Amino acid sequence: MPLLSLITYAPLLGLLGILALRLMGKPEDPATAAGARWIALITTLATLALSVLLVAQFDPNDPGFQFVEEAPWFAGLYYRMGVDGISVLFVLLTAFLMPICIAASWKSIETRVPEYMMAFLLLETLVIGVFCALDLVLFYAFFEFGLVPMFLIIGIWGGQRRVYAAFKFFLYTLLGSVLMLAAILFMIGSTGTSSIPELMTYKFDADVQTWLWLAFFASFAVKMPMWPVHTWLPDAHVEAPTAGSVFLAGILLKMGGYGFLRFSLPMFPNASDLFTPLIFALSAIAVVYTSLVAFRQTDVKKLIAYSSVAHMGLVTMGIFSGNVQGEQGAIYQMLSHGVISGALFLCVGVIYDRMHTREIKLYGGLVTRMPVYAAVFMLFTMGNVGLPGTSGFVGEILTMVGVYQVSTWTAIAATSGVILSAVYMLTLYRAVVFGTITNPKLETITDLDWREVAIFVPLIVATLYMGLQPNSVFDLTAASVDQLVQTYQAAIGGAHP
Amino acid sequence: MTISADLALAWPELILAVGALTLLVVGAFAPKQIALVGSGSVLVLLGAAIAAATQPFGVAFGGGLISDAAATFAKVAIYLASAVAIPLGQSWFARRGVRAFEFPILILLASLGMGMMVGSGDLISLYMGVELQSLALYVLAAMHRDNAKASEAGLKYFVLGALSSGLLLYGASLIYGFAGSTLYSEIALAAGAEGNTGLLFGLVFLICGIAFKVSAAPFHMWTPDVYEGAPTPVVAFFAAAPKLAAMVLFARVLGDGFAAAADQWQQILVVIAMASVAVGAFAGLVQSNIKRLWAYSSIANVGYAVLGLSSGTAEGVQAMLMFMVLYMIDVTGFFACLAALSRGGRSMETLEDMAGLIKERPAIALAMTVFALSALGLPPFSGFFGKYYVFKAALDAGLWGPAVFGLVGSVVAAFYYLRLIKAMWFDASPGATDKPPVEANVIALVAAVFTFPVVIIALRGLDGLAAQAARAFGLA
Repeated sequence: MPLLSLITYAPLLGLLGILALRLMGKPEDPATAAGARWIALITTLATLALSVLLVAQFDPNDPGFQFVEEAPWFAGLYYRMGVDGISVLFVLLTAFLMPICIAASWKSIETRVPEYMMAFLLLETLVIGVFCALDLVLFYAFFEFGLVPMFLIIGIWGGQRRVYAAFKFFLYTLLGSVLMLAAILFMIGSTGTSSIPELMTYKFDADVQTWLWLAFFASFAVKMPMWPVHTWLPDAHVEAPTAGSVFLAGILLKMGGYGFLRFSLPMFPNASDLFTPLIFALSAIAVVYTSLVAFRQTDVKKLIAYSSVAHMGLVTMGIFSGNVQGEQGAIYQMLSHGVISGALFLCVGVIYDRMHTREIKLYGGLVTRMPVYAAVFMLFTMGNVGLPGTSGFVGEILTMVGVYQVSTWTAIAATSGVILSAVYMLTLYRAVVFGTITNPKLETITDLDWREVAIFVPLIVATLYMGLQPNSVFDLTAASVDQLVQTYQAAIGGAHP
Repeated sequence: MTISADLALAWPELILAVGALTLLVVGAFAPKQIALVGSGSVLVLLGAAIAAATQPFGVAFGGGLISDAAATFAKVAIYLASAVAIPLGQSWFARRGVRAFEFPILILLASLGMGMMVGSGDLISLYMGVELQSLALYVLAAMHRDNAKASEAGLKYFVLGALSSGLLLYGASLIYGFAGSTLYSEIALAAGAEGNTGLLFGLVFLICGIAFKVSAAPFHMWTPDVYEGAPTPVVAFFAAAPKLAAMVLFARVLGDGFAAAADQWQQILVVIAMASVAVGAFAGLVQSNIKRLWAYSSIANVGYAVLGLSSGTAEGVQAMLMFMVLYMIDVTGFFACLAALSRGGRSMETLEDMAGLIKERPAIALAMTVFALSALGLPPFSGFFGKYYVFKAALDAGLWGPAVFGLVGSVVAAFYYLRLIKAMWFDASPGATDKPPVEANVIALVAAVFTFPVVIIALRGLDGLAAQAARAFGLA
């Protein structure tokens, strides 16, 4: 059974169902909207079930690609899918966050519901495709097409400056991607293969590697986003609807890190080694600078968006440290950030749905009216800070251990980032949750309802489980990461005897 | 070679010529039978396409007419695209009260000219094909006689087209003078010899003339005005098939006649390609009329096709053919959408007119979104695969600078495609639209379904056909 293709295209079945519903019914018909919501939820839950099956059947001792599917396409290209220890958990993360996104949009999206659900289902297919694709052109197709549903989600259901944010998001990422396309075409032309597993063992000349690395970097750095090309992210986050932000922070950003792990390190090891100081410098700036920027924000969503950039700085550091701790830490940090930042955007969504403002100063004293909410928000604030016991801690500490072995100064910057994240997150938490109620509108605010609790429960479980049982993740990733690190070190060891 | 053997290689042309003249007589004596003339023309075109597909290969009329894999490939594509234009145009003209049976006949004559262009073996048949095609197109552009803009478009097209024909003829006469023959095969021998500067001089004029026909910068001036003024279904026709014909002709002249001078013409083509991409991308940014916008889009896209050709390899020609065929379907579908849309009897041609279309006409708006994304070059739509071939050929030929330039140009152009999508999806609709005619609707939706997802499977077949066609030219 082609399990990967099944997982990838399962959301499309739901999409076709909703499309049929939409074309048969009248626009803005409440029955159609309800039908679309349920179809989307059931489809995403089915996809999640299939992904769990995938992880259960995954053999953690095999470092290579599993569940490989292959069929010839055109002009020597192939339809190739497969997962290894690095990508399999991203598939699960995507499938895990998707039903949450759908449930979070249940009431807050009231206009053009079928279109909204279709956009999300399409997005799920494309992102899972990115993580499973083992052919360069196939990868690029999934990677690029993902811009379209996100463009529509921001542009149609976003806030006031949604059009600006949507255009900025699209054009920024497109510019990065076309340079990657040039590199992809060059690689296919010069090696005669487009197979990612084959290219991972191909040795490019050192100067060719440099150019290819830069082209891929252009795309992944924007996607990640790394400082200084991160400016599209706060705009996109602020204007996107809640579920859009969750998906953006939770999964789309991980595509950049995944790209570095899948392409830059294994295919261009010498160039990666050459540019490691650059990556470290940019990451260190990202960690310190964007943390300070986050501290000065007056908009809750913007604050969390900048915090995402800072956390992604830690991830890039870890990836380019080139040792097992760094890689494992970076992967863990990405998974953990996917859960925690997603949850934080949901926390913002909860109060935004009630008050329709994201200004921090208009909140305060929520603990007296929303105790359950205060507790949930506290947990994820602590997770974002990296408190031991939450998933955030494991990723951060491992990353820093890995980076410390390579560059002390970068590790120091990373550590300061942890302190700064505590500064801005706790300040935010104090301003929103504690204190006395100054805004009279807050007097009547209601606590979480059962739907919202149901959304948060899986996220809480995931955060704590990953915080207390990190080995369940490491066992899955270890074999592939070990192999990656070994081949990487062997390649750069040859360059620097 | 006997005359009957020559004629055996010219079956598609014979069918078209006899069919066009017969239907002209029918139309002249029974001017009310517009539907009959129209469906007859479609049948003639389909017959010609079948004849082209099954035709034996060879050279006829003393080298004037070539029948090979490239000619077959291009002819089938051209005749089918022309056949699509006929029902599209007839319903459009009928709704506007223009009762002209000449429309399908002019399309037949233009197709005949295009067929000659792609199969031309010497400069004389080249010029005959080009002129037959162009004269029919001039009239088509001005077909909507009562519309001032359409008349202006036709006149502009004619004057500038005549100028380009002049350039072409001047180049041809220079080449004849220096090579001593009008046959490509003879020219190729002369081009391979030393001291062929005069020949190159003629080649430059010839390239300018053809660049005019494909609307590549810096010879693109006529395109936006003509696209804006001409009736929408006519634009759907001449944005597609004639461009393919002219590009194949381009490859034919350069490959069969001037393969030895590839180093020289490659530079010219690279400049033309880059200029077209730049003009198309930047000038399109400020357009608010969609037909003008798509004119600039077509200039940019022709730039990509020329870029493929400029690599000077069989791979490059294959890339150009793939790109043009996929682009043809895309652009025909897009203009079919435009032809289908009207509000209160008035054509919808500006970006503001498109506001909120996704609610008004979801199917057409979705199709237009697909065409826009495809023209942008976004995977997995057909336009991406066309660009994939072009950029890969350019990179394999070492033209990495122009290739990266083209890629960045596509990001600039992305802005105006997104503006169209923004209008359709984000903005509020100003009012109800008229019910779209069936023909345009069907053509638009079929083209959209081809653009994605059918193209994913169709590529496997097209790839082989285009590769076979590309090998017919004298390029390695």
